[in-house]
Amino acid sequence: MTDTLPDSLTTQSPMGRPLRRKEDARLLHGQTNWTDNIQLPGMLHMAILRSPMAHAHITHLDVTPALSEPHVVAAFSAKELGDLNGAVPCVWPVTDEMQAPAFPALAIDKVRHVGDCVAVVLATDRNAAFDALEAIEIDYEALPAVIDLEAALEPGATLVHDAADSPGTNECYTYHLPGTGIPYDEAKAKADVVVKRRFINQRLIPAFMEPRAVVASPMGVSNEMTVWSATQIPHILRVLLALVTGLPENSLRIIAPDVGGGFGGKLQIYREEILAVQIARHLGRPVKWTETRSENMVATHHGRGQVQDIEIAATKDGKLLGMKVNLLADMGAYLQIITPGTPLLGMFMYPGIYKMDAYDFNCVGVFTNKTPTDAYRGAGRPESTFAIERIMDELAAELNMDPMELRKKNWINHEDFPYATIAGLVYDTGNYEAATAKAIDMFDYAGLRAEQERRRASGDPVQLGIGISTFTEMCGLAPSRTLGALKYVAGGWEHCTIRMLPTGKVELITGTSPHGQGHETAWSQIAADILGIDVDDIEVVHSDTGRAPYGMDTYGSRSLAVGGQAIKKAAERLIEKARVIAAHQLECSIDDLEYAGGAFRVKGDAEKAQPLAAVAFEAFSAHNLPDGVEPTLQAESTVDPQDFSYPHGTHLAAVEVDTETGKTTLRTYVCVDDVGVQVNPMIVEGQVHGGLAQGIAQAMYEGVEYDEDGNLLTASLADYLVPSAADLPSFTTSTTETPSTTNPLGTKGVGEAGAIASTPAIINAIVDALRPMGVNDVEMPASPQRVWRTIQEAKAATA
Amino acid sequence: MIPVSFDYVRATSVADAVAALVAGGEDAKVLAGGQSLMPVLRLRMAAPTVVIDCSRVTEMQGITDAGDSVVIGAGTTHHEVMNNPLINEHTPLLAMATATVADPAIRHRGTLGGALAHADPAGDLPAVALALDAVMTVVGPQGSRDIPAAELFTDYFTTSMAEDEILVSIRVPKLGPGWGYHYEKFQRTAQGWAIVGVAAAVQRNNGTINQARVGLTNMGPGPVRASSVEQALTNAAATAESVAAAAQSATDGTRATSDLHAAADYREHLARVMTERAVAKAAGI
Repeated sequence: MTDTLPDSLTTQSPMGRPLRRKEDARLLHGQTNWTDNIQLPGMLHMAILRSPMAHAHITHLDVTPALSEPHVVAAFSAKELGDLNGAVPCVWPVTDEMQAPAFPALAIDKVRHVGDCVAVVLATDRNAAFDALEAIEIDYEALPAVIDLEAALEPGATLVHDAADSPGTNECYTYHLPGTGIPYDEAKAKADVVVKRRFINQRLIPAFMEPRAVVASPMGVSNEMTVWSATQIPHILRVLLALVTGLPENSLRIIAPDVGGGFGGKLQIYREEILAVQIARHLGRPVKWTETRSENMVATHHGRGQVQDIEIAATKDGKLLGMKVNLLADMGAYLQIITPGTPLLGMFMYPGIYKMDAYDFNCVGVFTNKTPTDAYRGAGRPESTFAIERIMDELAAELNMDPMELRKKNWINHEDFPYATIAGLVYDTGNYEAATAKAIDMFDYAGLRAEQERRRASGDPVQLGIGISTFTEMCGLAPSRTLGALKYVAGGWEHCTIRMLPTGKVELITGTSPHGQGHETAWSQIAADILGIDVDDIEVVHSDTGRAPYGMDTYGSRSLAVGGQAIKKAAERLIEKARVIAAHQLECSIDDLEYAGGAFRVKGDAEKAQPLAAVAFEAFSAHNLPDGVEPTLQAESTVDPQDFSYPHGTHLAAVEVDTETGKTTLRTYVCVDDVGVQVNPMIVEGQVHGGLAQGIAQAMYEGVEYDEDGNLLTASLADYLVPSAADLPSFTTSTTETPSTTNPLGTKGVGEAGAIASTPAIINAIVDALRPMGVNDVEMPASPQRVWRTIQEAKAATA
Repeated sequence: MIPVSFDYVRATSVADAVAALVAGGEDAKVLAGGQSLMPVLRLRMAAPTVVIDCSRVTEMQGITDAGDSVVIGAGTTHHEVMNNPLINEHTPLLAMATATVADPAIRHRGTLGGALAHADPAGDLPAVALALDAVMTVVGPQGSRDIPAAELFTDYFTTSMAEDEILVSIRVPKLGPGWGYHYEKFQRTAQGWAIVGVAAAVQRNNGTINQARVGLTNMGPGPVRASSVEQALTNAAATAESVAAAAQSATDGTRATSDLHAAADYREHLARVMTERAVAKAAGI
């Protein structure tokens, strides 16, 4: 699949072909700029003094000794920064009553998590800036740290925020979503079986490969402040930096050069970005800051962090009646861009692919003395998918049913679409039967079940477990009206401008902001298909508000599902304009023209043709344009999506659990994803692989640990275990293709699918392996020690 | 993070390195492959004023056959150790354990001498050196002396080498005929440190185990020789049952600690299981 296609196929449409990524050559050869590579004349390096305490009063702080250190130009605490100490914004006040405490870029009087920013030093040399931090005088008076979510809500608990206007609680908000059906208690009253579980969806660290970095230069063109940032959201950042700093938006230019991963961790406006801009402006010199990995662990927002109380009610023959969800969501110490909304992105998805009569969702956001949480690959949907897919297995065990049979009995059948769910969404299309049948076949489900029986019967110390995850998710963020109804302050549209230059080359200007997704290739494929030109004749321009001014950036598997629509429409509009010019050149009616293979042809007269490039040159020279037609060949489109899209799939995992040590080995992983129409199947496959690795990591390897004083114990990659390829098996992936009907390309989104689907598949498999021993849950990450202890506890309980 | 600034000396001979070490006093650090030292410097857990780079000292390179032993220059990289024919023929346990150290990039820079001198309780190679009765040759201002592995590791990240001594070579006695070996490592990720490791060499004569040597990784402040296990295996039947019984005493004399990945009781449990597995494999059971 990785080879380019033979020449004989190159005249066919580029859509749906596994083309190699255009961007890879420059990335692999080091012929690109990361933000940290940028060097500007007079540039200062910023180093940040961070709190080693989770919660403390700052009783003494003096930055002046740092000023005497070599190469130091300036040093600031909140006191020196004064009015330039911008407030980090939250753009999703989920309820009117939400507690939204102040979040200054540099802490004022009090620190609230390990890594909180206290002071900065600016020096002409990066190492000197770091060294000078040690000269800053600071004393803390420790306060009790708020760590546990339930304890945080108890009366009398230490407050993370205790300003005069604070409501006197660590509760940030309570959000209730009633389902569209009957009340849950009514459904529960009819149930033969009610299964309850508490799942801990642990905190995770995004751990992208390129740490964050920012360069702010007040020495751009005219009055421009240019900001290079390793961000996913240059466009949103521009708006927010203007609002936070008071700099006119029309003089702010944000550039996200090649960005090395984000996974939601760079869907943010960070205090370091604000500080760099404000200090650059104040000193009149460029300022650069690059995060160290140690800083990254405490200062880049974390993901997940939920305590999930899940209850599901069913009849004795396995028909689902209702589901009740009670969440405690860890906000961390402050609210960042969409901290409060992140758990709510999952609230529509707890019912998954199943029909039921009742649903009730409640979420309480809780402040703690930990790094703020926010979006991380899947953002709310991995949590909901984990809960429903885990509890389906527990219900199956309770009913003594095969977990796949229970799913089949309750899922939405393909002929039921479009289907209005109990959570209030309308799933447009799907075919769970087809994806499942294909996955079962590839997995050898029956053969593995037989092996499992043999191992159980022989008392093999290595037990086999099979895990299922039949997931769906919502992609294509988002219809702007829906976002408005959810109190999110911005819209969810996307923009594209396509311009054919006089030489026949095409600029495709997109508002999406790739950081590893392969947009340059995939967007070229979409446009090349419509324009009838070569993929390599298209240059995708992105992530620079100076060249690509409009956009809503990249997150939530939205770029193709939303941005793709704008590309299609802009390309079609360009052809329509070209058609008018071509008809004039060929002296025929526009209705007489057909467009194919990059040229307009007069129907029935093959000799009369005009290539698109010739039309473009005519539009440029403008010597002979039809009356009323403006020069230049360009078209644009801004599309607000009509609805979300709903990828789905069936994931099957087989694990071997060494019951003597607790070590789990993932033996086989099969998944069949339905992401709708695929523009580039190789990119789809790559996204699935990466997503699987991250979802499996949550199940087996990664998990943030704090001690009771709020110290981050997993503060390095030696302790926070990100698995590598050596820890994972070869995945067997495949797809079915049920086009989405909510967008004209029929695409759905694939960026998060693997991460959402795989976590419950793994935990279901581990529990399945151990269920005969009396195990019915394993907390994540299912480390060997944790699995071993779970086995010992189950043995003790059944002894 | 970024290290504090320090002076850098590139030594060209052992004498050169020792002189620099003496001059640097207690604030000097020896750099071999740098795979342990650099993270420590970057995290500012150590702030030496001078770093003495021994990676180009040719006297500390090379692997030679010394008759009843193999002598390995302290600066020999893990990659060289695991691929060297002499080592694979005469002391294959060392090659096998070395192959489990970290990842290929690290094994191309990290050195055997560096790993032993660093004395990380979670490092794989100290337990191997201990099990094989390796002898370290160290050089200081007073000349050279030999330190048996049993006397080298004194505490966490601490050896009996003086501050002004450098580890120059490691002499590993050859195992005679009839020996089997195995290094069993329990880790969270493929490139991770050992939660517990067991180095086992077993001399078997048909149905009997003549003698066994067992070294444990990460079961105390330094590597631990599982003497009780060795005694129980001396002249024991080469059966799964006798190996399992012997492995029960794997934790005698250990001082397991608790960390994020394993509490002490779990580590002790693993030591018994891994010892049983390592010995069984070494004995061909």
